[in-house]
Amino acid sequence: MSSLAQVADWINTEEYQQKNFERKDLVINPAKACQPLGAMLCALGIEGCLPFVHGSQGCAAYFRNNLSRHYREPISAVSDSMTEDAAVFGGQNNLIEGLQNAYTLYKPKMMAIFTSCMAEVIGDDLKAFVDNARLKGSIPQDFPVALANTPSFKGSHITGYDNMLKGLLESLAAPRQHAPHSKLYVVPGFDPYPGNLREYKRLLQSLGVSFTLLPDYSDVVDSPNNGEFQIYPGGTSFKEMKEALNAAGYLFLQSYSTAATRKYVKNVQKIPTETVHMPIGISATDKFLAKISEMTGKQIPEEIEAERGRAVDSALDAHPYFHGKKFALFGDPDILLGVTSFLLEMGGIPVHIVSTNGSTAFQKEMEQVLNSSPYGEKASVYIGKDLWHLRSLLLTDPVDMLIGDSHGKYAARDAGIPLVRIGFPINDRVNLHRYPIIGYQGAINLISMIANTFLDEKDRLSDDSHFELLR
Amino acid sequence: MSKVDLLKKTVEEVLSVYPEKAQKNRSKHIAIKEDGCATCAVKSNAKSVPGVMTARGCAFAGSKGVVYGPIKDMIHLSHGPVGCGYYSWSTRRNLAEGTIGVDNFVPFQFTSDFQENDIVYGGDKKLERILREIVELFPNAKGISIQSECPVGLIGDDIESVARRLSKELNLPVVPVRCEGFRGISQSLGHHIANDSIRDHLLGKGNQSEPGPYDIGLIGDYNIGGDAWATKKLLEEIGLNVKNIWTGDATLEMIQGGNKVRLNLIHCYRSMNYIAGHMEEAYGVPWMEVNFFGPTKIKESIIKIAERFDQTIQDKAQKVIEKYDALMAKVIETYRPRLEGKKVMLYVGGLRPRHIVGAYEDLGMEVIGTGYEFAHKDDYERTMSYISEGTLIYDDVTGYEFEEFVKHLKPDLIGAGIKEKYVFEKMGLPFRQMHSWDYSGPYHGYEGFPIFARDMDMAINSPVWNLIKKPRKNKDVIL
Repeated sequence: MSSLAQVADWINTEEYQQKNFERKDLVINPAKACQPLGAMLCALGIEGCLPFVHGSQGCAAYFRNNLSRHYREPISAVSDSMTEDAAVFGGQNNLIEGLQNAYTLYKPKMMAIFTSCMAEVIGDDLKAFVDNARLKGSIPQDFPVALANTPSFKGSHITGYDNMLKGLLESLAAPRQHAPHSKLYVVPGFDPYPGNLREYKRLLQSLGVSFTLLPDYSDVVDSPNNGEFQIYPGGTSFKEMKEALNAAGYLFLQSYSTAATRKYVKNVQKIPTETVHMPIGISATDKFLAKISEMTGKQIPEEIEAERGRAVDSALDAHPYFHGKKFALFGDPDILLGVTSFLLEMGGIPVHIVSTNGSTAFQKEMEQVLNSSPYGEKASVYIGKDLWHLRSLLLTDPVDMLIGDSHGKYAARDAGIPLVRIGFPINDRVNLHRYPIIGYQGAINLISMIANTFLDEKDRLSDDSHFELLR
Repeated sequence: MSKVDLLKKTVEEVLSVYPEKAQKNRSKHIAIKEDGCATCAVKSNAKSVPGVMTARGCAFAGSKGVVYGPIKDMIHLSHGPVGCGYYSWSTRRNLAEGTIGVDNFVPFQFTSDFQENDIVYGGDKKLERILREIVELFPNAKGISIQSECPVGLIGDDIESVARRLSKELNLPVVPVRCEGFRGISQSLGHHIANDSIRDHLLGKGNQSEPGPYDIGLIGDYNIGGDAWATKKLLEEIGLNVKNIWTGDATLEMIQGGNKVRLNLIHCYRSMNYIAGHMEEAYGVPWMEVNFFGPTKIKESIIKIAERFDQTIQDKAQKVIEKYDALMAKVIETYRPRLEGKKVMLYVGGLRPRHIVGAYEDLGMEVIGTGYEFAHKDDYERTMSYISEGTLIYDDVTGYEFEEFVKHLKPDLIGAGIKEKYVFEKMGLPFRQMHSWDYSGPYHGYEGFPIFARDMDMAINSPVWNLIKKPRKNKDVIL
């Protein structure tokens, strides 16, 4: 065993980095959670929906804790508390009893049932169980229930969001008719920002688009304090959920958190479907608005053009604080694509991009984004890597700033650089989820967060002779 | 109707909403303290009702999250899919000294990140490779614990045999822990399983040097927000030497040498009484329960502890009490007028539903309701002397019941967990998280009490509460 000081130095070296990257099985500080957490968030976005975890109660407690810490909001969800006997005999009795109790006690308009790994490993048949629950009268025959299999040993939280959304459509939406209505269904994807969802709605409204945001948990994870607790404070209406397959078209604002749902909508249901990158930054927002225009024939109004102009002005004001600065980023694939293209348009240089739940398709797409700009030349994209890999990268090939969720604070601290918090979870700062990072307004917010963080650092680190009023 | 009868009627009304089976079950878990009842017949440590919002966690949370997680120089592998370790990653605020990634591994999430293949073909081979990788990358890790998640037990992996072989190969303790979430009915069995695995694999091993006359162990203090440090300081001031802490800021050596002390002081009885009892039986180390919340209980505890030692310690204890009595009186002078008569409802975990009662009373506050997530009968027995007649007691309270009880009892402050916090804050009710100290602390010892008092005052008397809008009356419209 070596001395502590030696090891403390050694873990910062290239030699260590090589060893670190050679590991194949151990995962250290991954930037991903498991499927049912995403399923829970998705289910919260339907009005009057009670998320129901079929599996161990500990899982439900974990999802609720983690969502509550990010949003600082109540997260109402139940589980059917499967224990050892359920592991042996299956969880049917738990589900039947659980549905009756949840239905009676919390009076939901519907429930979304999804699984934790225990139920998946023993192979419980959700559909058959729910049918039996109806026969036994624990819920009415016509009570809406959506189902999703969300094994934690496949994919991540974004996969769970996707599977739940697909489950909602399959279980609840009425069959598509010949003459669909004129509404555009807009799917945000696993988006930790209620501020983003509100901003999407504002932009769509200002274009005069007839739309439904599906799912829309903005009022659930960011409900007003008026002295009353509401268990179901909002969400996409059940009517809109029911009519979801009669949409004029679908616009997906994330790819990797909606893959199965998009396939279902486009290939199975044959609904006109478009997908854009999450509109982070000015160019991506331009593309998003152009796509809406193209799909709906609506023009972009003056007020939004003016907003764009202000965002560009803000970018210009701040460009000296971005230009040539080096960044490391980590997080979910869709957010990473957006933040990277934003940095490139600002003249920032992404260097390390780590996505624990990123696929090879994501890697290719990210490389295309990087190749589109000379500022992207220095970047390397790491999929399936974790924050301990990232730490090595930060120590051997330093950058000026780390961008990612709160878990990045350790690596950022070791590297002596600031962390700008974007993503999920953010559980050590207040209110960030309330600020949109999408659209032109979101671009201004991002520019402010990043530029001002650099400027705060500069002031904090300046000696007397270089401490100036103007920056 | 008497207060107790009124309360009984309220409980009956609240429970009447449940379906029959659930109602029958839940009614046994709720009681009202009446004179002379030993446990007031609260049923506990039983399965939660399916389909309700229980705050309970699982055995994994009890083992990895509570008992093992804070042992800082060991690596605790969350063995199975990625979620369990992720959700319990640095969320219990177990502070620890040491260099992160060198000899302090508390703020880490080590996981075997099971994929479908591991479920189908088993994870034992992968586990072997992981254990080797750990030793390669973290040469100062003193040991490894394997914290099993649900699938490990369901697919029949033999982690015991892997641990045995690899412990030899790698020449360090590798502890298999069967804390799969489906075992038991709450965190509680996880504590027990963790205690047993420590007994079987770690305790009594390593450096077994004989204890000095004042060497003691502090058991069941997890150093949340620095609690154990505050307690340690106090114990050292009365002349004792805190040799081991289980498991806040603990090292493997402290766990192995747990039996080499004169006395074990146990803070969280629920999660560690098993090992304290074992150390008494197998090694003759006596143990006693202590309470370091609020000056009254701290004083009682110090006197009780000092009685176990010689005159030197007893004299020092007296001096310490005198010194802090004066300081604490000032704290009470400041906060008591602001908190006098305020009513509190608690719902927490291991020991706090009873142990904090005295600290509130020191501030002139009254606990009118209390309950545990995962207590056993002996916890409720221990609770009765702390609470007064007419106190509502609720075991494994459901979200629905808690809201209804609060609406009826109208407390001024609620102390529970993150899942409850925002429900009550939306209702306009002051709240403190009493698992994590709401990111504050320490609350233990003389160092903790002023912080506790300040926090309770802040929660109740913050001007922010005045901003919540009362229903508006329409006035004449002028435009």
